[in-house]
Amino acid sequence: MNKPLRRVAIFCGLLVMALLVRVNWVQFVQADELRTDDKNRRVSIERYSQPRGNIIVDGKPITGSTKTTDSDFEYKRTYTDGPMWSPVTGYASQAFGANQLEKLNDGILTGTDDRLFFNRTIDMLTGKDQQGGDVVTSLDAKAQKAAFEGLGNRKGAVVALDPSTGAIKALASTPSYDPSEFSGNSEKDSERWTKLNKDKDKPMLNRALKESYPPGSTFKVVTSAAALESGKIDDINAKTNSPDPFKLPLSSDTLGNDGNHPCENASLKVALQWSCNTVYANLSNQIGNEEMRNYAAKFGFNDAEVDTPVRAAESLYPEMDKPQNAMGGIGQASVTATPLQMAMVASSVANDGKLMKPYMVEELRAPNLNVVEQADPEEYGEPMSEDHARDLQDMMENVVSAGTGTNARIPGMTVGGKTGTAQHGENNKLNPYAWFISYAKDSDGKKVAVAVVIESDQAANRDDISGGGLAAPIAKSVMQAVLGK
Amino acid sequence: MSSSTHTSTISSGSLPSRRNTELLMLIFAVAIPIFAYINVGLAKEGTVPAGVFGYAAGLGCLAAVAHLVVRKFAPYADPLMLPLATLLNGMGLVLMWRLDLEPSLGSTKAAPTQLMWSTLGLALFVAVLVFLKDHRVLQRYTYISMMVALVLLIMPIVPGIGHSVYGARIWIQIPGVGTLQPGEFAKIVIAIFFAGYLMVKRDALALASRRFMGLYLPRGRDLGPILVIWAMSLMILVFETDLGTSLLFFGLFVIMLYVATERTSWIVFGLTLAIVGAVVVGSFEPHVHSRVEDWLDPMKTVRETGNADQPAQAMWAFGSGGVLGSGLGQGFSRLIGFAAKSDYIFATIGEELGLAGSMAIILVYGLLVQRGIRTALAARDPFGKLLAVGLAGALGLQVFVVIGGVTGLIPLTGQALPFIAQGGSSVIANWALVAILLRISDTARRPAPAPAPSPDAEMTQVVRTS
Repeated sequence: MNKPLRRVAIFCGLLVMALLVRVNWVQFVQADELRTDDKNRRVSIERYSQPRGNIIVDGKPITGSTKTTDSDFEYKRTYTDGPMWSPVTGYASQAFGANQLEKLNDGILTGTDDRLFFNRTIDMLTGKDQQGGDVVTSLDAKAQKAAFEGLGNRKGAVVALDPSTGAIKALASTPSYDPSEFSGNSEKDSERWTKLNKDKDKPMLNRALKESYPPGSTFKVVTSAAALESGKIDDINAKTNSPDPFKLPLSSDTLGNDGNHPCENASLKVALQWSCNTVYANLSNQIGNEEMRNYAAKFGFNDAEVDTPVRAAESLYPEMDKPQNAMGGIGQASVTATPLQMAMVASSVANDGKLMKPYMVEELRAPNLNVVEQADPEEYGEPMSEDHARDLQDMMENVVSAGTGTNARIPGMTVGGKTGTAQHGENNKLNPYAWFISYAKDSDGKKVAVAVVIESDQAANRDDISGGGLAAPIAKSVMQAVLGK
Repeated sequence: MSSSTHTSTISSGSLPSRRNTELLMLIFAVAIPIFAYINVGLAKEGTVPAGVFGYAAGLGCLAAVAHLVVRKFAPYADPLMLPLATLLNGMGLVLMWRLDLEPSLGSTKAAPTQLMWSTLGLALFVAVLVFLKDHRVLQRYTYISMMVALVLLIMPIVPGIGHSVYGARIWIQIPGVGTLQPGEFAKIVIAIFFAGYLMVKRDALALASRRFMGLYLPRGRDLGPILVIWAMSLMILVFETDLGTSLLFFGLFVIMLYVATERTSWIVFGLTLAIVGAVVVGSFEPHVHSRVEDWLDPMKTVRETGNADQPAQAMWAFGSGGVLGSGLGQGFSRLIGFAAKSDYIFATIGEELGLAGSMAIILVYGLLVQRGIRTALAARDPFGKLLAVGLAGALGLQVFVVIGGVTGLIPLTGQALPFIAQGGSSVIANWALVAILLRISDTARRPAPAPAPSPDAEMTQVVRTS
């Protein structure tokens, strides 16, 4: 009987061997994949096991961490002035994950980023808990406050940029939400999350980056640049050949102007001053859809990857037929733009034709305050020559000093701007969007560019909704906040 | 039997009893769980746990009693089996206590109960060694064993006393005492029955056969018993939805049949039957079918519903443990949920002790099985050989189906990990199993009795004395 016994012994040895191979497979070969699986709760437990690093504005954290007792996650996120800053920070919730800066910089904030490997190793050797690093933003607390409070109870968004670097100074969106309300993992957090997501006013929507609106008359700045760059206009003060009203090509429809302004055959400067639809529709028609698309693209339109690093929605100047393209020249038809996009337009004019890539993370810092990554301002492109940029500055400053944008005047500063009132809805039945884009320069040459959009509420009187009336005062206070006057 | 002379380490001459080796090993087997216990306390509460002296004294006393009983009643028994079993039982107690510290696993404390069962198990261990002077006595109870085994296996499906837990009817309810898993005891009784039965029938089963395609096929009438056993294990599978017991039961029979007859054809035949049975039942019986689905893709439920079920949780526990583990008390195996202390206890070992720990535990089981088979090799009587290989094989198969199931090597079966998993039946039955193996090895290694003094010698003595 001993021969089969030996074989049974070998068989049992094989069973043991199979188990050993299997545990090696699971715990060694597959270990990393299993350990880092999103659904593996240990990943979240680890993430919330120590205070998260902070997001910093003007040297002060706008986020924090607090100990919880209601779940197996030890720390949860808190936010200072959550509704004001949520378009910047995004949220980091134990139950619902993270977005925006909280998500994009999760590795730094939790301390798991590869660039913090050295810190982690030291911490491990000295027996300290892993620590998260900080994200230092380019934002300006005063400007953000001015923007957020300026929007008040209205729906809308504000973006402010430093034209010379592309640094985002303000990024506000209303109505907003407080990410602290659902940063935990309890029933209450869950109720709040559901309620916010169901709210028809969409408080969770970051209007400054993620919503695109018809830009209306503010787009005339882009059309002006296209007219100058394409050579259709050489002199902004020369009369153009523009009928009023303008008959749309291939159509029996005609386009007129609001108010009683000298728009017929008006020069480019006068046309921008009084926001003459007829002149710009005519110009866009002359330039043609393909060229208009090219010029718009230089400002950032039709680019699906404008990352701040939070990715903005794509602003569009699509392929359109002739009458549509004519309407596109005045920021109607299928043309859409995010508030960030329109701030970029203003900023390129203010920066003498150079468009800087917008960004909001100034630096990433390790827990020991070493800089891990430093922002390096980059040029996005050059949508217009320096000469043409100066022409446009002349035109936009004229709008503020003598045209539709007088509400944005700031004593002692050079301010240029453009109003917009964009129609939308079927047969333009819905209340229009009020736009204002502008820039300001102080005597030291410090600059700021701003875009403001306000979605009117139903109760508002339709006539009151004009970029100059609603949006320009907000732009003014934001510019003052940035330039410190 | 012709090759028994090759078992070189075992001879009929006088052998060292090796009880001192056992004592030394036993000291390690007690010390390791005590350190593990302190480790858990330090990790969970930051202090050396208050109960450490009680635990050390308890485990030490149990081991000491077991050792003294072996020294007295089975002095030539294998020196490794007791320390290996003690180590496993001690680690099991530590893991129970460690998981008791997780509030999310419920407020019922498993460790005190488990300690009580371990004590009872050791009492049975002592009783077996004291009262079973010779394992061959068991041969007398061959057919009684068969009856007992049948009763034990059928009990869980009897209405009234049968008790279904999470889909498997492998429990019986004893009023006032709690639940019992008769399958654990059946394992031993069946091994006794098979050993007795096969010893008598092995010649018939081995010799009468026809040659077909290079294999000696058994005669039709000799197929009877294996078909009956096969049918029974399928019935267990279908009516008790217990893959583990069914596999164990059938596997045990095939192994013992092979050892008794030395015929490979039985293995081929047995494997064929097992595969046919498993495929058929696996495809049609819903409980078993879902286990197979879980095995093929443990992450399926997670992907489809977003909720992680136990197979997925176990995989994450193993992966998160990695090579060195999180350390005792520092893992999150509580995420597995209700079966963390029983079916899935090995996942806690994997996560907290890492690949190193799980390999160590597997090797400890491997050693225990190997000592059992070695006992079978050394045994001098066929009944002892068959019984020893049966018991060792049962232990080996059980460890394989449990650990293989939890790690996803084979479908999960719902058996208890011997000595470690929560559950009284398992601990008690396995201590008895080890006791029987020790008894067989003691008989095998004991020096032959001195030859009766011859009258001549006596004469000489008388002369010399006078």
